[in-house]
Amino acid sequence: MLQVGLTHFLIVSAILFSLGIYGIVTRKNAVMVLMGIELVLNSANINFIAFSKYGNFGLSGQVIALFVIILAAAEAAIALAIVLNIYKTFSNVNVDEIDHLKE
Amino acid sequence: MMANTNLYQSLSLIVPEIVLTVVLLVLVLTDLIFHKDKKLIPYVALAGILLTGYFILNQFGEKGFAFQPALYTYGMVAIDSFGVFFKMIVVVATIFIIFFSFGSEEIIKIKDRIGEYYALIFGMVLGMFFMISATDLILIYLSMELMSLSSYVLSGFTKLRERNSEAALKYLLYGAISSGLMLFGISLIYGLTGSTNLYVINSLIQNPHINLFTVAFASILIFAGIGYKISSAPFHFWTPDVYEGAPITITAFLSVASKAAGFALLIRFIRTTFISYADANGMWQMINVFDWKTLLIAISILTMTLGNFSALWQNNMKRMLAYSSIAHAGYLLLGLVVLSNQGLLAILIYFSVYLIMNLGAFLVVMLIANKIGSEDIHDYNGLGITSPFLGVSLAIFLVSLTGLPPTAGFIGKLYLFIALVDAKMIAVAVIALLNSVVSLYYYIRVLKHMFLTKPEKETQTITTSLPNTILVSVLVAAILVFGIYFAPLVDAATSCLVMLGL
Repeated sequence: MLQVGLTHFLIVSAILFSLGIYGIVTRKNAVMVLMGIELVLNSANINFIAFSKYGNFGLSGQVIALFVIILAAAEAAIALAIVLNIYKTFSNVNVDEIDHLKE
Repeated sequence: MMANTNLYQSLSLIVPEIVLTVVLLVLVLTDLIFHKDKKLIPYVALAGILLTGYFILNQFGEKGFAFQPALYTYGMVAIDSFGVFFKMIVVVATIFIIFFSFGSEEIIKIKDRIGEYYALIFGMVLGMFFMISATDLILIYLSMELMSLSSYVLSGFTKLRERNSEAALKYLLYGAISSGLMLFGISLIYGLTGSTNLYVINSLIQNPHINLFTVAFASILIFAGIGYKISSAPFHFWTPDVYEGAPITITAFLSVASKAAGFALLIRFIRTTFISYADANGMWQMINVFDWKTLLIAISILTMTLGNFSALWQNNMKRMLAYSSIAHAGYLLLGLVVLSNQGLLAILIYFSVYLIMNLGAFLVVMLIANKIGSEDIHDYNGLGITSPFLGVSLAIFLVSLTGLPPTAGFIGKLYLFIALVDAKMIAVAVIALLNSVVSLYYYIRVLKHMFLTKPEKETQTITTSLPNTILVSVLVAAILVFGIYFAPLVDAATSCLVMLGL
């Protein structure tokens, strides 16, 4: 019987992290980029919780994850407000086309 | 569990931060109560920041940890003179930004939302204060986010032109990515050591069985987060766009205060986490887990070279100053590369000088943009002749940014180079010197346009109101006085070298 251990959690979080970075780099829609960022934050959260459970570090890792979840929500609220503002100004949210500031 | 007495003691150590929070709430309330007439709000903000500054000066010479668990010798927030110095830089920058906002056309146009504007600025300052004194990775992350979230909104706050929204989006995307990377790095450090406190991490990474690859990987990820804040290469891509697009008061604030907080954080992070002790000569002995010195040398040279060479062909003044501020981040990193108390002293002196000259340059650019509505260098043709006061002031600030005597910029560079030469890093010093020569070109180019180029159409005469004239004169006087009589600056910096170490 396969025991689920720390390594499995770390593999999941590494995959999530890579997917998040991949999304950030390849997606053109600002909202999709924000979702990539969300994946990166959550991969860190999995790390925190897995380490705190399997490393016997007490509850600190889980408390940190709670903080990060709240912060991610605040960040998403501000990010979406800015993206909405971009949509009002440029009528699209494509990060490649919003590039008027150049020398 | 924390004993009650300990809690009261902790709260008494973070009085400036508490005052700042109260002022933030008062600002929001004033905004709501006096919603018809908002003339009062800037004065409330000014009084609040002056009060905060008073409480910070009271902390001078104090040493201690706030939020220290019982039986432990370390805590989450370190109160020391090093922190006081950087907090004073932030406070002085904030005072100037409030004065700038009185005179800025962009801010006058949004006077209905001025309450939010100041509340967000105070949010940024609160984040910076905790960044400067945090000794716990989670507090570092939270305070950085508190500062960033406020600054994302502020950079797109005026919404007068397309470029405001674009600046906000770019700042947000780059910022969110780098703080995500930083959080992942923190989670790895937590996995290695089981703690997020810098002092605990310091003692645990001296264990010979530590996995060096993970430490290096996590360190680089954390540096990505901090490097973004100080706009060092290769995390500087947001800087020119955001500086050009944001309202100019916020640009000035970002280039001075948020860079100061980022530097304080980087210095404290490296000093407490990776340094085992400082020897009798004030040289810091690095724990042999990750070669910060090589990384920082490479990054600082890359940063100043990229910044200086990209600035050469900029026609927008704000964009040019953005690249120049990237280059200055490179010079400042050199002070950290030395890894000694002398290098730290050089950083403190350089920062106080950089505060004055950079704010001054942005102020003059703002006053000119108020009148001619443009920051393009070709619109500056002949301005030095028609408006000699602003022309000469800008010339002094730019000469000081280059680092020529008899301005204060020279003193900053001088101490930096002395520190480098004393540490026998001649090659790095020579590269920095050559970089200063390159920077001379684009600073003097502005002077050439102002004084020597004949304008195609008639140039407007720009007159400044009395308060703005006083503001510019104060900054010019400070540059010239500190360029000749710099002993008080050096004394203040020397007395602020005290950092809570191990």
